[in-house]
Amino acid sequence: MARLIRTEKEVEGQYEEVWLVVEEDPLDQWPAGPGDVVGRPAQRVDGRDRASGTARYTADITLPGMLHAAIVRSPYARASVKRFDATAALGMPGVRAVLAPGELERLVPAPGYQGQPVAAVAADSYGLARAAVDALDVEWEVREPLLDPEEAVRRESFVSAPKRYSRGDVARGFAQADVVIEAEYRTQSVLHNAFEPHQSICEWVDDELHVYTSTQFIWGVRNELAENLGLPADKVRIVCEYMGGGFGAKNGAGTHTYVAAELAKRTRRPVRCALTRHEENLDTGNRNATIQKLRAGARGDGTLVALQGEYIAAVGWSGWLAPTAGPMQILYACDNVETVEYGAKLNTPPMAAFRAPGFAEGTFGLECLLDEVAAKLDLDPLELRRRNHADADPKDERPFSSKNLIECYRRADAHWARRDDVRARSEGPWKHGVGVASQIWYGAGGPPSYAWVRVGSDGRAQVITAMQDIGTGSRTAMAQIAAEELGLPLDRVAVALGDSARGPYASISAGSSTIPSMGPAVRAAAADAARQIVEIAAQRYHKEERTLSLKGGSVVCSDGGAWPLEAVVGVMEAGQILGKGARGPNPAGMQTLTFGVHVAEVAVDVETGEIRVARVAAIHDVGRIVNPLGASSQVEGGVIQGIGHTLSETRLLDPGTGAVLTRSLDAYKLPTIADVPEIVAEFVDQPDAHLTNLGSKGLGEPPIVPVAAAIANAIRDATGADVRSLPITREEMLRALDEARRREHEREQVPA
Amino acid sequence: MPDLTVNGQRHALDAPVGRSLADFLRDDLGLTGTKIACYEGHCGSCTVLVDGIPTLSCITLAHVLEDREITTIEGLRDHAMMDAFVRTDAVQCGFCTPGQVVSAVALVEANASPSRDEIRHAMAGNLCRCGTYPKIEEAIATWRD
Repeated sequence: MARLIRTEKEVEGQYEEVWLVVEEDPLDQWPAGPGDVVGRPAQRVDGRDRASGTARYTADITLPGMLHAAIVRSPYARASVKRFDATAALGMPGVRAVLAPGELERLVPAPGYQGQPVAAVAADSYGLARAAVDALDVEWEVREPLLDPEEAVRRESFVSAPKRYSRGDVARGFAQADVVIEAEYRTQSVLHNAFEPHQSICEWVDDELHVYTSTQFIWGVRNELAENLGLPADKVRIVCEYMGGGFGAKNGAGTHTYVAAELAKRTRRPVRCALTRHEENLDTGNRNATIQKLRAGARGDGTLVALQGEYIAAVGWSGWLAPTAGPMQILYACDNVETVEYGAKLNTPPMAAFRAPGFAEGTFGLECLLDEVAAKLDLDPLELRRRNHADADPKDERPFSSKNLIECYRRADAHWARRDDVRARSEGPWKHGVGVASQIWYGAGGPPSYAWVRVGSDGRAQVITAMQDIGTGSRTAMAQIAAEELGLPLDRVAVALGDSARGPYASISAGSSTIPSMGPAVRAAAADAARQIVEIAAQRYHKEERTLSLKGGSVVCSDGGAWPLEAVVGVMEAGQILGKGARGPNPAGMQTLTFGVHVAEVAVDVETGEIRVARVAAIHDVGRIVNPLGASSQVEGGVIQGIGHTLSETRLLDPGTGAVLTRSLDAYKLPTIADVPEIVAEFVDQPDAHLTNLGSKGLGEPPIVPVAAAIANAIRDATGADVRSLPITREEMLRALDEARRREHEREQVPA
Repeated sequence: MPDLTVNGQRHALDAPVGRSLADFLRDDLGLTGTKIACYEGHCGSCTVLVDGIPTLSCITLAHVLEDREITTIEGLRDHAMMDAFVRTDAVQCGFCTPGQVVSAVALVEANASPSRDEIRHAMAGNLCRCGTYPKIEEAIATWRD
């Protein structure tokens, strides 16, 4: 029965209270360990389509009569349009329409960051549209931009009110401490740079808006467009069958979609609006830079008695305050915690969620701080983390629906034990070391999410749901779950997704939520279909339903009888079995989080500051693993993105004008295949007994969370230097080495 | 009118001088397997073979390729490297993958058993934001299995 409940919904660490209609989730979980299909390595069901180029991405779609749009962007970080004259542009051949500043809410006459959209042009080709942009006559009044986040905090220029949190009494906690460590950490702004650029094709079909778009959330884009364009939601159709990566930057419709929709309306032709790589680096969001002023107090045995953090997030012109203080609040059992987070509003491009927003940054600060505590107390860093393990949610004492972090630490021991051998490799200027960092993040998913399963008389099944597979392997995981429930081999299950007109509501693919949100709905739908198949078989073969089950492509009876599925359902001829399923509620009164630990091995050349990451062991607890092969790929991808975040990636701004200097993939340094260390991915793989019929949490984000801290801690282990700023460039490395040498020298000067 | 040989078939090059090979393939021939991710020769997604040599089609002009053999991902669909990429899960979002496969084919056609270092050297110009690199290395190291 469906129930109406008032509940807390979490996406990317943002909570809101919502009304939800939830359906019961009566299915028992499968036993732990591999089943026939789930829990076994599976090749991607769409792997060949993607690798061979037959998969059709938004970038590959061309509609008859389609026009191309180009966006006019502000060349200044803070300016206003004094004069805008499109006469010459409109007179050019092939130019079909111009949207002037103010003609759309998102085309602003007074831009607040370099690259903010101010106008747009539609023409017969992209080249003609670009030429028309160059022919626009625009006069600007340029003003002084605000670029310094600390200055913004002094001026109280905030995107939202500062977030304050406290429990216990930090002053008393610090008074009880045997050691107090205080340090400032800084993280840089990094760019998503998914390889399929942001783009949409909009077409009006009578009074319906059809949108082909590269998105992480088909239904979110549909609802957002309907609301802002004043359309009934069912008059907006969103299509995204194949998608070329998002990492958090494609959660919303984006200005390009509004521009395409409006230009399509004015020209009565389909319009594509696709961003260039330079626009990707300018205006599709970023992981904002942070400044973290942290203090930790601990007793001699390592027990944390006080944690205090002041966080400044350089959010930019707009965006939201990602939970940078989150790890300090919930990773460890500490009675006295106080944090404040400021979201600086600046004349810089807006932030957007980026793979574990806030937590990747906050974990760098906290987990480096913890190692500085360990060094001061001469304690083993892994042991220090064990001693401060939180048995319940430290914020509200709620029990965890499952938590196997201690088991992660136990498995980390084997990698941690390599320390002596690794250090012994040090030779000449190359110093080797090992570092550890813990991981905590969300990833429970939640309702609503729906799926249908269709079984035809040929004995093949199709999962139907209007979700998206952004490249994480969701299609494959859903096929595996349905195959397991229906007792079918994987190659007899197809998945139809990617079209809001052709399937039910599905979850966002963000916040590590696709498998935990969609998986249980798919299993419920498959179970509904399986129940109907058993009913048919019972009647056809005169058996009791309770004696029948589906296995190996057959209906099998406990008395030894077995009938191939296609024979059982073949009687339906053109008839079909239709199963439907919904995602049930999250466990009431419990906290569901993901956990893990990374052990990194590095080598540092102390003369040049060069850093090489040699090995990363990543151990994660995300409940049941549906596809161990795909899961290992997720972990490798997260670790590699984390290495980019740690060592090479940074969005540089001109400090005077606020202009983005790193706009190409030449200037913005992504990791290459030559930068990749040995990566070992391990999973606890224990279903969360309280979480849905599947027991799976999300894995998209956890692997990036502890990477920077584990590498920085390995650098400290190798060299004794405290690196405190990302990316750890050679300059930062040499600064930290210099500081360590000076500290050592001062210590030697103090008379005994 | 000049013509170009793509995947063994001759095509009239009915495009203005200055047309990039990538646009000619994708827009004029409808061979959309070749992807464009940066359009300035930095990422490798648009890689095709010209006389067997990996070439960035986004910064190559179509008109200079008369009398040359162009092979795109569409011409490599039966190559064992394709199976190797699928088997080892060397595919995430897939947008860079056709270009990766093309570069990998060029490598093993010249050197059937490349070392790990040779793989890394040959593939360093093909960027992947999802981080499929370990699986790509695995695919190339085991492509004949």
